[in-house]
Amino acid sequence: MSATTAENKVAVASQRQLIWWRFRKHKLALVSAFIVAAFYLVAMFADTIAYTEPFDTQSARSYIPPQPITWFDADGHFHPTVNALKGKRDPRTFKLSYAPDPGETRDLVLFGHGYEYRLFGLIPTDIHLLGVSNSRPQDALFLLGTDQLGRDVFSRLVLASRTSLTIGLVGVVMSLVLGVLLGGISGLYGGWIDVVIQRVIEILRSIPTIPLWMGLAAAVPNSWTPQQVYFAITLIISLIGWTELARVVRGRFLALREEDFITAAELAGASQMRIIFKHMVPSFLSHIIAAVSLALPAMIISETTLSFLGLGLRPPAISWGVLLQDAQNLQTLALAPWLLVVALPVIVVILAFNFLGDGLRDAADPYG
Amino acid sequence: MLAYLIRRVGLAVITIWAITIVTFIILQLPPGDFVDAYVAQASAMGTAISAGEAAALRHAYGLDQSVWVQYYKWMAHIVHGEFGQSFEYGRPVTEVIGDRLWLTILLSIGAIIVTWGLALPIGIYSAVRQYSIGDYIFTFIGFVGLAVPNFLLALIIMYVGLRVFNVSVGGLFSSEFQLAPWSWAKVWDLAGHLPVPMLILALAGTAQLVRIMRANLLDELRRPYVVTARARGLSERRVIMKYPVRAALNPFASTIGYLLPYTVSGSVIISVVLSLPTVGPLLLHSLISQDMLLGSTIILMLGVLTVFGTLLSDLLLMWIDPRIRLGQLK
Repeated sequence: MSATTAENKVAVASQRQLIWWRFRKHKLALVSAFIVAAFYLVAMFADTIAYTEPFDTQSARSYIPPQPITWFDADGHFHPTVNALKGKRDPRTFKLSYAPDPGETRDLVLFGHGYEYRLFGLIPTDIHLLGVSNSRPQDALFLLGTDQLGRDVFSRLVLASRTSLTIGLVGVVMSLVLGVLLGGISGLYGGWIDVVIQRVIEILRSIPTIPLWMGLAAAVPNSWTPQQVYFAITLIISLIGWTELARVVRGRFLALREEDFITAAELAGASQMRIIFKHMVPSFLSHIIAAVSLALPAMIISETTLSFLGLGLRPPAISWGVLLQDAQNLQTLALAPWLLVVALPVIVVILAFNFLGDGLRDAADPYG
Repeated sequence: MLAYLIRRVGLAVITIWAITIVTFIILQLPPGDFVDAYVAQASAMGTAISAGEAAALRHAYGLDQSVWVQYYKWMAHIVHGEFGQSFEYGRPVTEVIGDRLWLTILLSIGAIIVTWGLALPIGIYSAVRQYSIGDYIFTFIGFVGLAVPNFLLALIIMYVGLRVFNVSVGGLFSSEFQLAPWSWAKVWDLAGHLPVPMLILALAGTAQLVRIMRANLLDELRRPYVVTARARGLSERRVIMKYPVRAALNPFASTIGYLLPYTVSGSVIISVVLSLPTVGPLLLHSLISQDMLLGSTIILMLGVLTVFGTLLSDLLLMWIDPRIRLGQLK
């Protein structure tokens, strides 16, 4: 009995429900969806989560190592504190080093006061997710340490994720427009147009992309504002990134053209536009979403790579690649290994996007 | 077969032509022309270039004429092997590039051989022992290999090498061989330095190929002919290696066309991180200092060599795969 009700449920379920049921089975993809969502939440509230002005340089605070948090006090009560830091200069080498001062602690508080900013660019406020009692956060809180110029790595990392995650989105939208347009034309009309577009894709895919990107990115004038550079870099990346999306769209168009319901719609006298937008697009939308979530991590890697080489976004703009540039040479790594921490969110978000994309791709065709 | 051959060669020619156009655009993009840059560079070095000399240079490259003439003249120079002077080094571009191009090719081809050498057995193992612990471990490593950009991997390995093993993994030669002329000792030294960068470069490609190989072989293993072979009492080794692996290899071989550009791209970046004497660091440096003739020559050479490599692998594939040779496969 229960088996038949389950079968009935499947029989009457909408496509959206079927996709969701299939997607839910892929546990890794489900977890990844939450991770990706969390990353974008962090990007959205980056100003609130950062506790120190990310551009605030302080030569005296250069290369402070990450500061551990003590979660419980001596009585075992939950009472997160950090030790205050004391700078000491080595009398022989004059090297300034920081050590936690066990005698002095600062309470870690939620929603403390810090530097002033505008939430979503609109609401002026100085409330940050983390703060410390009886001190300014920029003097007392260094969760992931500081870089050479004394800027707080945690705050910079949080703000960098905004740039790196959105550059992927903007890039994907641009490649999507190109991919859907060219892939659609290719699949819909076939013939010599299809041949030409397919050859162009083959040519683009047989050229090593990185040297090409480097050449194009190097031509972005130094005088451009960070916003202009941002768009130029996204454009350069998406100019080559569209090929995979176009391939997916074309494949779907070719497969759908043969379907009975398309023939039925044609026989019923539906216009070409109506067939495309009413019948074809809804049935391959899920495939496009899956392809997009697989294209996004590639975009993020591209931006990170270019910026890392010093040809992408340039300081004062901050992105993961710009931050990783600081960790480029061995001397720095030996002196301040915590700068490599930026690698962690890059790897996590790319893995999450890959798993999410895999799950979406499997779920995109829930009838199989 | 002939049609396939003509199609492939034709596509390669068009691709090379497209690469020259893109390279030309990159050459033209920076403000001012490269003679301006040359004059500025020379005067900074203390040797003044007269207006007459500059004009002669401009005329030689057709910079005073339309873009089409410029492209034509530039191409005419390149076809004759004249790539011009590097402003920064004050020497011909080809001389500056020198051995670096061959080291790039060596590194890329080596990485591809490593990719194949690793992906093939791992892919077979993962498919035959599906859902075993080994399969899970390789799948996990594969996903990490796909997710970690190779410059990050190079950076992390460099750090681990320094911290844990106290060795520096950068470079392709020990310091005493860096400027030495080629000798057997130098070649041996190179052979000792190559494996680490090759492995780093090969990891992402390997991860991808293992997944393809595993999926293909799993499909084949479910075929009735495998059951028949087993029922006939063939040894397990023969059952798997004789037919399913060979059938699963075909799509595997055709990915080489995308593997080569991908590997060459990767070699540029990890060479910068690990400071390998390939064209990578030179390209980056020339682009940053706007030494455009050097930079665009490197881009052109990498592109053209990649196309040649892909063409060669296509011909090799045609020789291996009778379905292409007999014109049954599009």
